[in-house]
Amino acid sequence: MESTTDATEPAVAIRGVVKVFGAGTDEALTAIDGIDLTIAPGEFVSLIGPSGCGKSTLLRLIADLLPLTGGEISVFGKSAEAGRVDQDYGMAFQSAGLFDWRTVAANIELPLELMGWSKADRRARSAEMLELVKLPEFGDRYPWQLSGGMQQRVAIARALAFRPRLLLMDEPFGALDEMTREHMQNELLAIVADLDTTVVFVTHSIPEAAFLSDRVVVLSPRPGRIHSIVDVPMQARTAELREHSEFFKTATEIREALRAVEATIPSAGAPEPSPSTGEAAE
Amino acid sequence: MRRLSRLLAIAAVGLALAAVWEGYKLIGQSIGPEGGPSWLPVATDDLTMPHTWDILAAFVEPVQRGRSETLAVFLLRSAWFTLREAALGFAIGAIVGLGLALIMLRSRFLDRGLVPWINISQTVPLIALAPIVVTWGRTTFLSDTQAVSLIAAYLTFFPVAVNGLAGLKSPDPASVELMRSYAASWWQTVIKLRLPAARAYLFPAFKLAATLSVVGAIVGEISAGVRGGLGRVILDFAGRYTTGPEKLYAAVVAAGLLGLFVFWLANLAERRAMRGRAVELS
Repeated sequence: MESTTDATEPAVAIRGVVKVFGAGTDEALTAIDGIDLTIAPGEFVSLIGPSGCGKSTLLRLIADLLPLTGGEISVFGKSAEAGRVDQDYGMAFQSAGLFDWRTVAANIELPLELMGWSKADRRARSAEMLELVKLPEFGDRYPWQLSGGMQQRVAIARALAFRPRLLLMDEPFGALDEMTREHMQNELLAIVADLDTTVVFVTHSIPEAAFLSDRVVVLSPRPGRIHSIVDVPMQARTAELREHSEFFKTATEIREALRAVEATIPSAGAPEPSPSTGEAAE
Repeated sequence: MRRLSRLLAIAAVGLALAAVWEGYKLIGQSIGPEGGPSWLPVATDDLTMPHTWDILAAFVEPVQRGRSETLAVFLLRSAWFTLREAALGFAIGAIVGLGLALIMLRSRFLDRGLVPWINISQTVPLIALAPIVVTWGRTTFLSDTQAVSLIAAYLTFFPVAVNGLAGLKSPDPASVELMRSYAASWWQTVIKLRLPAARAYLFPAFKLAATLSVVGAIVGEISAGVRGGLGRVILDFAGRYTTGPEKLYAAVVAAGLLGLFVFWLANLAERRAMRGRAVELS
């Protein structure tokens, strides 16, 4: 149990992780079977794969929102549970999940409230975060007065309000239109670079993974395993990159890996177990 | 403008109902002997069905020969007495109902075990229960009016418990996961997420409970023999029906208006509490 965090310590270390839903019953379903993955501090890692590959489940295991069946996960050298209790990570989901009875600022301040921050400190931080996500005049609005893209920016501001070192995102831009999505991707990169945040990012989108990530982890389904890891060459992630040949090369590499994964699926059978309606709801 | 047209519509329907009453009387008395033909379900003489204007006029006449107090003032005084019993009953019922909802939320065992008992509680006729409550009350420190409040509470806790539990369970799994990711305690989750989300379920229950509290108080007064409230007034006027039938009708109108008044109060409270999301709800 090391308590010090040195530079070489991984942000997330996943060793031999197994997750079985309904273990011991007739309907036992192995969602993840033996995943090893180490994520360095400051890295941006995407998880991509077909439905049922357990990418959302893996994210929730890192977040300690689901219990592990086997293996171990450490977050900054601590157990996943300690990571959750110590608020080492922030989280953003596909639905912004803002509380509609709270103003935008009050939504961003929610985690700070739970951590016992003073009102003045909360106000200062939410104003700062609103500045960061480019919504400075929207603090007093209610979520339903905002567009989908704006709501998602507020959710990111909320996830990062207490400056966690790790950001876990589950298809955060999945419900946005293409232009808004690209715009949000640019902003996300600027924000996490600014705050030096490690990101684990679940996505369905090949261009999204290719554009955002340092590494793209391609998962295969039933049971979820790592098929391959695509290294994205270091380069400036600007809007121009999207039209650059390097970007297409990376996207092609991911696409081919996904094709290889699809080829191994015998049939498009049972749907992905939904972790957010399963044990996580308890 | 919309408000005015709504009031006009309500008044129009009220007048139409009065017209039906008077029309029925008119037909019955024009074709039959005194009291109308025997095949009519209700006799149409002035004793059985006083004229609507006689009922209205009774309000401004003295409540009793030789007394200066008008019936309206007398009924207002009685309604105030009943309202206080009902208010205490509502408060007890709301607290008990919400408490039960929280207990059922907390314990899956009690969620399963309590619900049938709560349902059965409402199948016991209030009239049968009231004398028991009053008798028990007399053996303790409870006054008879407090016992009446308990009878009212017996009716009001039910909708609050049932809707309250549904409301506490209403947040989507992602919101519950979010609170868990913040390592929020059970109580923090209740205060910051579940209770605010339950408001949309609780206020309709409060509106129902408010009118039920008046019903419970009146029934309680009648069976407990408590003097001073509308229940006793209805009993007295029913006993002296032949000497002034319009007084009983007036008392019934007063009871209805009292129910309407508490409903209006609950509606007002709902609007205040839901102000933040008024646009979404309309």
